Amino acid sequence: MPVPQISEGFTGTVNRVTIGATKEAGGTRTSTVTVGGARNVVYGGSPEDAGEKPIIAIDVLDARPEDWTDVLSEPYKDVLDNPSDWARKCVEEFGADLICLKFEGIHPDKKDLDASHAVKITEEVLKAVGVPLVLWGCGNDEKDNQVMPKVSEAAKGENCLIGTVKEDNYKALTAIALADGHNLITEAPLDINIAKQVNILALDMGFPLGRVVTFQATGALGYGIEYAYSIQERQRLAALGGDKMMAMPAICDVGYEAWRAKEAKLADAPGWGDVKDRGPMWEAATAICLLQAGVDIIRMRHPRAVATIRNFINQIWQ
Amino acid sequence: MILIGERINGMFTDVKQAIAEKNKQVIQQLAARQTEAGATYLDVNVGTAAADQQAAMQWLIEAIQETCSTPLSLDSQKPAVIEAGLKIINAENGLILNSSPLNRKTDEEILDKYIEMAQQAGPKASIIALTMDKNGVPQDVDTRVAIAAEITQKAMEKGFDTQRLFIDPIVLPVKVPNAQVQPGSILAAMDQIRYLADPPPHITVGLSNLSQGATERSLINRTFLAIAVSHGLDSAIVDVLDEKLMNVLATAEMLMNKQIYSDSFLKVYASANKG
Repeated sequence: MPVPQISEGFTGTVNRVTIGATKEAGGTRTSTVTVGGARNVVYGGSPEDAGEKPIIAIDVLDARPEDWTDVLSEPYKDVLDNPSDWARKCVEEFGADLICLKFEGIHPDKKDLDASHAVKITEEVLKAVGVPLVLWGCGNDEKDNQVMPKVSEAAKGENCLIGTVKEDNYKALTAIALADGHNLITEAPLDINIAKQVNILALDMGFPLGRVVTFQATGALGYGIEYAYSIQERQRLAALGGDKMMAMPAICDVGYEAWRAKEAKLADAPGWGDVKDRGPMWEAATAICLLQAGVDIIRMRHPRAVATIRNFINQIWQ
Repeated sequence: MILIGERINGMFTDVKQAIAEKNKQVIQQLAARQTEAGATYLDVNVGTAAADQQAAMQWLIEAIQETCSTPLSLDSQKPAVIEAGLKIINAENGLILNSSPLNRKTDEEILDKYIEMAQQAGPKASIIALTMDKNGVPQDVDTRVAIAAEITQKAMEKGFDTQRLFIDPIVLPVKVPNAQVQPGSILAAMDQIRYLADPPPHITVGLSNLSQGATERSLINRTFLAIAVSHGLDSAIVDVLDEKLMNVLATAEMLMNKQIYSDSFLKVYASANKG
């Protein structure tokens, strides 16, 4: 009897999602990015099964960050007060595939800035750079519901990636994102069951699943990365198994989470090595780990970590 | 779960009449409703009434494929009827040839014929093989498994991927004297069939046969289905329009960790089966 040929049993594919609209598509972006398309696990199967290369979104904040360490602020020190210069720098000097405009300044516990501020920043950044944008709320449901629909409208037709919507707060932003032609980020708190449910809720509102990217919440190295890793891995396996409610590409927030770790921040720790290296290394290590679990878009902050990850991606996804 | 919708079968009076009157609409509606309900494949069986079974098979396939792209399961014990269907079918999205025993007294090579027909029909064509041979349907566990092993080996020898092979351990009506041991035997056989190859062949059953002639048919069917899922059943020829049965199936698959739980798990189950 001949030895049977063992074939891979995966039937599903991760959805392909394109972010950004050029002039021909009704937007003003000079480039677009496409993520997803994997038909296997990372490193699995043939090179064609790997789908699109993962991409890096560099964070730009709508207002000067107050809690960034010197090491993290240093590369951006001349642009921290000006989001459009900041975005330009990320694209021109640090090679961002896309910009994640994070509206931290609108949070009631921070600067509590209003919708007109957010709209103005959105318009300025859209003018300043040609890459597609991710538009990310502050995390306070009430404030996000006030501000993010206006941000969505200001970027109408640009086919941005906007979020996030959650199980108990999804209606307002889902509806406006649909109307304005954006892609949507569905968020769950490291809980695969809720993640699936939010996707179903968005679908119930008529939002096409082929334009959804999931955010499972992120844990940094040493701060719950195991949970993030296993959820990302389970999402990928569910997608490959044909679960259409879990077949979306995934985004994770490495920059913010990695720079919260004391190992990344603490200057006065001689036994841990130079603080100038530690933070970027912490961020890069977190990103590499999650890329291997199957994440498609990585939000990052420090240019050195970005360079390391770009190098890694280019070596693995050829 | 690979669900094969059973309703387009000449044994049902509406289908029998539609075939006799060449009423496409009845067939097309059944195809659409079963697809909507979550059928991965649609079984197509001309029944026994049609005078010309080959022509009836072709007419049914044409009627269905005019309006529906769900892959079909051509259901006949006669190779000539299947062959007639293969001449005109669009098998782009997949196809099942349903079904062949290991062998027959009158036709030792029947399974070879079905495998060859499937190989010629394209890379997405599968077959259902029954754990049955020239001596009929076995009454015990071991013979069922032995026949399943022979079927699997034959498929492998012919270079037919085991993932394109469905083994049907044959469900018999429970309301027949001395037949109540059968469901238990079938489950025990399934426990072994799923280790016959890697990747294993699919296991399917013609579920409704179990409750033939009995009262509480749907209850009997869905209870057995839930148990069988826990023994490795990954396909079934069922009435996908039976909502209670579909809900039990969604729950059984969720409990067996085949589907990720979500609060709306019942609602999205139908769409989870479509290819």
